[in-house]
Amino acid sequence: MTNTNCNEMTQKYYRVDRMPHIWCPGCGHGTLMNTVVRAIDKVGLNKDDVVVVSGIGCSSRAPGYMDFNTLHTTHGRALAFATGIKMANPKLHVIVIMGDGDSSAIGGNHLIHAARRNIDITTIVFNNNIYGMTGGQFSPTTPYGDFATTAPFGNIDKAFDLCSLAQGAGATYVGRGTAYHAPLMQKLIEKGLENKGFSFIEGLSLCPTYYGRKNKKGNAFKMHSYFKDNCVDIKVVEKNPEKGENKILIGEFYNSPKTEYTEGYQVIIDKFQK
Amino acid sequence: MAEKSLLQNKDWCKGCGVCVGFCPKQVLVIENEKCVIAYPEKCIFCGQCELRCPDNAIYIVGGTKDE
Repeated sequence: MTNTNCNEMTQKYYRVDRMPHIWCPGCGHGTLMNTVVRAIDKVGLNKDDVVVVSGIGCSSRAPGYMDFNTLHTTHGRALAFATGIKMANPKLHVIVIMGDGDSSAIGGNHLIHAARRNIDITTIVFNNNIYGMTGGQFSPTTPYGDFATTAPFGNIDKAFDLCSLAQGAGATYVGRGTAYHAPLMQKLIEKGLENKGFSFIEGLSLCPTYYGRKNKKGNAFKMHSYFKDNCVDIKVVEKNPEKGENKILIGEFYNSPKTEYTEGYQVIIDKFQK
Repeated sequence: MAEKSLLQNKDWCKGCGVCVGFCPKQVLVIENEKCVIAYPEKCIFCGQCELRCPDNAIYIVGGTKDE
């Protein structure tokens, strides 16, 4: 059944018969998924040339609602599958949507090695600071001291800075946006899609159900407002370093194109076909 | 061009209140755990609700993109 009670963008790029999605009321993932779709539309990619791959978790439900070539894979292995797709058909635009647990815990190794290879995959991490689907366990991005069902007295692990991790591992485009900063997030994804190489965009999401409730962050609107009040663009901090104190940095962190992996591989193939 | 109007898909709305919080003109209210367009005449079509609705349940039609 076709549902036409939605905007044009939704009708064009979503599997509306699968909606409404399963995410909790106020979940930031829906907003971030919209930024991905708007970015694809803005860049003007053909739907048939786009592959969206995901792993397991709340965020990884996203491709199920998106009307592209989609693949829902195993926990943490989205980038491994995506690497295979890109190697088999380098003409495709491969987008990976992962969560924080998916990308930095069980899939951490795949992340750093995909970044190291600089394979042309646009990786978008929906970071909600918690394992939402399985009941609110702390993840590698849960801030130090925050609460989770498995950290009832506060988390003693330090959180990963995913953007620094990706940049250190060799990603050639790195940026961070939030569900509140949706226009910025869209812009970062657009630039990530245009970058020929491994692009890593972290989207700070919100989980009012587990992370928000455990840490008394208030409702979804209050969590959006937290991003509004506590995020500063890197460009502002470069001019006035004191404005970045105790704030979350957002914006474009790194953009330095290098040789792409499948192109490097093609050079080897061409060598033997002469 | 057709006049702009604010529409809603009640089946998709989960009543999270994000649109209500961001609306600068208090057009929207929550009733029975769903968002309701209570004062459509006050709407200035800023698009804040459509931009951040996680459920694609509220949207603006009409007008041109540049407006």
